[in-house]
Amino acid sequence: MQDRQFGFATRAIHAGTPPDPVTGSRVMPLYQTAAYVFGSTEQAAELFQLRSYGHIYTRISNPTVAAFEERMASLEGGLGAVAFSSGLAAQLAVVLSLAQNGDHIVSSQNVYGGTVTQFTVLLKRLGIETAFAPVEDYAGIANAITPKTQLLFAETIGNPGGTIADLERLAEIAHKANIPLVVDNTFASPYLCRPIEHGADLVVHSATKFISGHGTVIGGVLIESGKFPWHNGRFPLLSDPSPGYHNKVFTETFGEFAFLMRARAEILRDVGSQMAPMDAWLLLLGLETLAIRMQAHVRNGKAIAEFLSNRPEVEWVSYPGFATDAQHALVQKYLPRGAGSIFTFGIRGGRDAGRCFIDALELWSHLANVGDTKSLVIHPASTTHSQLNDEEMRKAGVAPESIRLSVGLEDVDDLIWDLDNALKAAVPREPVTAR
Amino acid sequence: MRSKPPFHASPSPRDNMLLQTPAQRQALLDRSKTVAMVGASPNPLRPSYTVFSYLRTQGRFALSPINPTVREIDGVTAYPSLTEYAAEHGAPDIVDVFRRPTEVLELTREAIAVGAKAIWFQYGVINDEAIALADNAGLDVVVDRCLKVESARFNGGLSTTGLNSGLISSRKRSSAKP
Repeated sequence: MQDRQFGFATRAIHAGTPPDPVTGSRVMPLYQTAAYVFGSTEQAAELFQLRSYGHIYTRISNPTVAAFEERMASLEGGLGAVAFSSGLAAQLAVVLSLAQNGDHIVSSQNVYGGTVTQFTVLLKRLGIETAFAPVEDYAGIANAITPKTQLLFAETIGNPGGTIADLERLAEIAHKANIPLVVDNTFASPYLCRPIEHGADLVVHSATKFISGHGTVIGGVLIESGKFPWHNGRFPLLSDPSPGYHNKVFTETFGEFAFLMRARAEILRDVGSQMAPMDAWLLLLGLETLAIRMQAHVRNGKAIAEFLSNRPEVEWVSYPGFATDAQHALVQKYLPRGAGSIFTFGIRGGRDAGRCFIDALELWSHLANVGDTKSLVIHPASTTHSQLNDEEMRKAGVAPESIRLSVGLEDVDDLIWDLDNALKAAVPREPVTAR
Repeated sequence: MRSKPPFHASPSPRDNMLLQTPAQRQALLDRSKTVAMVGASPNPLRPSYTVFSYLRTQGRFALSPINPTVREIDGVTAYPSLTEYAAEHGAPDIVDVFRRPTEVLELTREAIAVGAKAIWFQYGVINDEAIALADNAGLDVVVDRCLKVESARFNGGLSTTGLNSGLISSRKRSSAKP
């Protein structure tokens, strides 16, 4: 072997998938199996005691899923990864690995509506309270941290408002309080931003989005940096003897791997939210083209944002990639290769015009997903964020007239043709002067 | 942030005397056959037992616990000291150290005296004086790494668990037992 630091596109194609040592298969085989035969009773015991590496049962690990996990860890620059059945399952696993009844977490309020609901409803029921603050309110975030706070959560690019998190500043706040910074990097993908390089300790993804890239799979993954001191006294779930695993002390037995081992051996094992092997296989295929897909997404996204900003039917475009955008400095720092291709705009005429606009589209798909080769559109206030009340919606950056676009990889002229027709259909020709 | 930064993550002048790259560590493992594990414990809750048990069941090395308080671990004969080990087996290829960093200096001198070819300090066992001593004596030195983890990195074990092995290759490898 050689000591070379391979580039991003190379790792997106190769990491985790050397040729199959038995058959020479160049593509990672799909290990569609529930369980694995033990070599001996001794080997079985070693596996169950977490002393040996190997597979027991696909609820805990699977070779195809492991290849996906290793590739994601490589792309994010982490120590390792654990895959889950969805992004929400991945972030729930992060919380359950670190917090229990009576504990507390702090989250940016500029996050996906489903995350807000998971935190405020599900976690609350489990006895874990969440405090929210605007992602740019650093004093508010620092003040929200209590002695029981176990983590700080934020999205690199907030869904759907496009708020960019100042990761280094958030990491500083979290580390000062001896807690990890957890970053949902879904909208950026590791091609555009690698939060661990900016101080994040844990990264989560909905792999359903740019990582799959083709809208074929529901999946999630967490990646750990390997740099957080889990033995600092604040995380008894990791540093006290675990009744769920032969009273092992994870920080002592597994050193830097303590978090990853517990997330897999206890949370994944006990919750049963594992990724399916077929899904991992599709995600590996998707990742191979992540670099060139993201370049094209950024290119098309910019073209569409510019088109919309010049249209009289459009009230505003919230695209952090504009040089005039208030967040431009953050984009240059954290997203130098581009601000992605998911953003919102407001159509003149509010909610009704928005509905008419979406119904008039021919090529753009009206559905609840993002990060697909296909261009997608949705009205968040009545769909993805509809579980939130008006106040929560406003805090999450969702206006009633907001339309969210996920710009795909079609010919940009065709996308513009479709938008042009729908804008004309939705808004009267003459701009309304008195509003 | 971290109370003890991982040694491999903090470049320092002593880096150039250590086996810092994966290829160097793999070459060391490839050329080594005997390992004397100083501080190997029979207690299944101890990290040293986890490493011992893994390497023993792998059958990867001729493994010997060095521990004056036990006669054997899982049927493998233990020796009270490196000197007594060497009297029977000769110089070990690797001395793997599970001891407090403050207690490794004498042990390092003993490893040099018995002609050990390499000394491997496990996670957290960092003692600059011992490192310099071993390096000056011509031993290969690995610091703040785990022999189990590094073995697993190169035999595919880490990869079965979604850990970042750092390995990229399109060559077909012979099938290894993880």
